[in-house]
Amino acid sequence: MFLKDYISDVVNGVSSLLKGMRKTGYYFTHSKEIITEQYPDNRATLKLADRFKGEVVMPHDENNEHTCTGCTACELACPNGTIKIITKFDITPEGKKKKAIDAFIYRLEMCTLCNLCVAACPSDAIKMAPNFEHSVFDRSKLTKILNKPGSKIKEGIE
Amino acid sequence: MLSLESITKTIQDWLLTKFSPQIALTLECVIVILLAITLFAMLGLVLVLLERKVAARIQIRLGPNRVGPGGIFQTAADTLKLIMKEGLTPDSADKFLFNLAPFVVMMVAMLLLAPIAFAKNFQIWDINIGVLYISSVSSLSVIGILMAGWASNNKYSLLGAMRSGAQIVSYELSAGFAVLTIVVLTGSLQISEIVAAQENGWWLFKGHIPVIIAFVLYIIAVTAETNRAPFDLAEAESELTAGFHTEYSGMKFALFFLAEYINIFIVCAIGATLFLGGWMPLHIGHWESFNHIMDYIPSSIWFMGKTFFLIFVIMWFRWTFPRLRVDQLLNLEWKYLLPISLFNLLLVTVIAIMGWYF
Ligand code: SF4
Ligand code: SF4
Repeated sequence: MFLKDYISDVVNGVSSLLKGMRKTGYYFTHSKEIITEQYPDNRATLKLADRFKGEVVMPHDENNEHTCTGCTACELACPNGTIKIITKFDITPEGKKKKAIDAFIYRLEMCTLCNLCVAACPSDAIKMAPNFEHSVFDRSKLTKILNKPGSKIKEGIE
Repeated sequence: MLSLESITKTIQDWLLTKFSPQIALTLECVIVILLAITLFAMLGLVLVLLERKVAARIQIRLGPNRVGPGGIFQTAADTLKLIMKEGLTPDSADKFLFNLAPFVVMMVAMLLLAPIAFAKNFQIWDINIGVLYISSVSSLSVIGILMAGWASNNKYSLLGAMRSGAQIVSYELSAGFAVLTIVVLTGSLQISEIVAAQENGWWLFKGHIPVIIAFVLYIIAVTAETNRAPFDLAEAESELTAGFHTEYSGMKFALFFLAEYINIFIVCAIGATLFLGGWMPLHIGHWESFNHIMDYIPSSIWFMGKTFFLIFVIMWFRWTFPRLRVDQLLNLEWKYLLPISLFNLLLVTVIAIMGWYF
């Protein structure tokens, strides 16, 4: 029995090692698998992975409308105070007051790109964008207001 | 036909007509030393570049591609950088041993070059105990490593050196047994005779199963002996910074680095000589015309091709397998490789006595 275990150990070991070598050998012989991006030579055709996280943005649709309700969940979720939401009250046609955002202040220089704010947002108003060329000469340029001027909340989002 | 053999012969004849035999011999020694140093420098540059390219391809990257076309001058640039760096000696190190160690490692690598047959009749020293010489001298490199580790006066260096010692001493055994299988089949320790015995087929084919086992064992054992991944515990970056050469910088570090690659070349050259026929072209039994065509490819190309194939296999190992733990390393040697090689040697002896090989 001992001998049988011993031999099967050796066979299993060798075959698993060979499996690994087959995989790496496949990569070695298939240059189409290479994923290196030769930035900045290929700046125009750069392909980034979908999950690449470069900065937080707030998408707006063609009517300049976003879906942020100003609930400040993202502000609370952020571990390092990157986000500051300033709210205001809009008056609806029926004469009721409704909370809305005045400014979504985002300080890129403090953001660790941890994605917690995006996960916390109940109405999917913010997301991560794959922009990474963030260098500027003036630090204040990194403090951004994400809601575009004149934008308003989309109909039907509470 | 122009071959390395005829070139050496012409040079020797010319020297003998001009000088007395003693002076001619001295001049030949000088030429050989210069050639060996050139070979070392070239090997260092080529193998490091090759390793980086192979690693890149295996990890789906491009590798060095900025210095020169396709990055071919990358290693030359690196060497220039290393030459210009300061070779620091730590204050509390044992200065003499610390500075001696890289040279000991290098010298061992140089000594090993002597009995290797690079092409037909192109060999520095065809000593009649070639294989014995190789296995004894190659185990000396551990002294250089231990020296470096001890003299550095650094815990990481010392740990790396001790690990390396344990490793080389253990794996020397199974490498030795693998080499012995070929000695048993050939009945000679002389490199030129071992190559000549493979005229009608390489031992890997002629000796079938037991020689294939021995070949695999040899490759595993020499990977461990040259301290390469997955057996690179001696310099395990994640645990020991850089192991025994942590304190070395500049050219002294470069010597260690170079010695590692030279050693890989040498063990692969020996493996190619013993198992794949050295410079012997691929000959199959009695296929006269096929053998004849193969003979047209120069023997030096055969030798280099086989050696670089084995080097590629060892690089392939390095970029595929994860590093072993110390106890796993010793388990592998003492519980698996050693018993298997002992049994295998017995099998080969039986086969050799009964004449069951081709
Ligand atoms: S990604 Fe993280 S750090 Fe950046 S704003 Fe969102 S929660 Fe804050
Ligand atoms: S972005 Fe999302 S989480 Fe943040 S305030 Fe707007 S709706 Fe709330």
